[in-house]
Amino acid sequence: MYPADYRYTKQHEWIKVQGDTGTIGITDYAQQELGDVVFVDLPKVGAKISGGKSLGSVESVKAVSEIYSPVSGEVTETNPLLVDAPEKINTDPHNTAWLIKLKLADPKEVASLMDAAAYEAYISEQAKEHSA
Amino acid sequence: MLRSIFRRANGKPSVNTSAAVELRKTALNSVHRRLGAKMVNFGGWDMPLEYSGIIAEHQAVRTRAGLFDVSHMGEVEIRGPGALQLVQWVSCNNAAKLNVGQAHYSGLMTSRGTFVDDLLVHKFSDTHYLLCVNAGNQDDDFQHIVANNQFDAEVENSGPRYSQLAIQGPHATEILQKLTPSPLDSIRYYHFAFGKVGGIDCLIARTGYTGEDGFEIYFAPEHSENLWSDLQQAGESVGMIPCGLGARNTLRLEAGMCLYGHEIDDTTTPWEAGLAWICKMEKAPFLGSDALAQQNQAGLPRKLVGFEMLDKRIGRDGYPVVIGGHETGRVTSGCPAPFLKKNIGMAYVPPNQTTIGAEIEISVRGQAAPARVVALPFYKRPQ
Repeated sequence: MYPADYRYTKQHEWIKVQGDTGTIGITDYAQQELGDVVFVDLPKVGAKISGGKSLGSVESVKAVSEIYSPVSGEVTETNPLLVDAPEKINTDPHNTAWLIKLKLADPKEVASLMDAAAYEAYISEQAKEHSA
Repeated sequence: MLRSIFRRANGKPSVNTSAAVELRKTALNSVHRRLGAKMVNFGGWDMPLEYSGIIAEHQAVRTRAGLFDVSHMGEVEIRGPGALQLVQWVSCNNAAKLNVGQAHYSGLMTSRGTFVDDLLVHKFSDTHYLLCVNAGNQDDDFQHIVANNQFDAEVENSGPRYSQLAIQGPHATEILQKLTPSPLDSIRYYHFAFGKVGGIDCLIARTGYTGEDGFEIYFAPEHSENLWSDLQQAGESVGMIPCGLGARNTLRLEAGMCLYGHEIDDTTTPWEAGLAWICKMEKAPFLGSDALAQQNQAGLPRKLVGFEMLDKRIGRDGYPVVIGGHETGRVTSGCPAPFLKKNIGMAYVPPNQTTIGAEIEISVRGQAAPARVVALPFYKRPQ
């Protein structure tokens, strides 16, 4: 379910690192919690973003959620697919429905994030709290 | 992410993450969980937010049919020779005009002419009325009615004696008719009859909160699971699906209906909320009628309008309305309208800013987004 070569945040973003570029999206758990996604607000190419700070928002019918950048860097690309088809986040959150690409300020930052196993343990803990 | 703005009637977050409070459950709670519904805390009740998704459920109700568990709604019954006098004193619509078997929308009033709640009043007989009230308000409503009972009427908080299901949509009649010998075509809009559904004694009311034709049926809670599965089966062939509170909210907003805690509360009057049609001054005096007469003369501080967004952004509950660079009001409800495929909302603005077609701005997280004032309702079903 959760790709082994991605890293994850407690706010349910993922990042995939290739060289000095990071691709960022939201997790399957996040899209399930949000429900039908209808609008995505992303930063402009060239924007500098600090790790842990808002990079934009994803809106479902019911709610709007801030997206927090897992790491620091400069935006090099935003996903053009999401302009007309934001609902792709509900069907393919880990692949084609990525949000932005960043040129990483410090590739070592990624090391502090959860790996797939730690993230899965984290969300099953969250699910328990929800149903308790 | 996921610092979502889920809100409920009183503005508190509706998703209970602490699990500290024991939530109330309807008789269908385990059915919803079996169906894989996403559950939320709504007014202290553990309720289904969505099953297959808000958009799919919304479209089903507009084009086919949807089945809602609305057993969280409260019921208050008023009986005795003073029943009508008490109903007339605490509510703003004119219940003296109701025939037996008829219902109307009304407001439960404070002495300030503001809303304790909004409700449906059903006339069972000259000496027996059933009020259907909001889940989160039912205990306060009951206390309020009892406190104003100078008419020696008998007041019962009868919520626990009823489950309630709503069958809504263009195919609702055809589905329900399969399960009842009562001729549904003879129950007109905002009327009701007593009859059997699936062999169970029900109050069958042609009412709803979706803007579609349909029914709300009331019955003893022990029959809930049977009736739910009978209805599901009866509706399957025409594509009826279970619907949660998410779709209930988008449906009522498209239909321009008020929700307590959003468009109306104990600070808003019927005049402000565009509900003059349920406020009958000719029956005065009633609770709040002096204040309402006074406000009518003095002029309104604000009025409810509908708006649609002119770009892709969504003006949500609580966002400021900005006109000419000044904040002049607040959005009360706002969301994407799945059937109309627009982003719509309702907001309070000064009475001189209600012109249909006027361009306004909604401050969406600090950025001005263009919107236009439009007539209510946003959606009206084809007759």
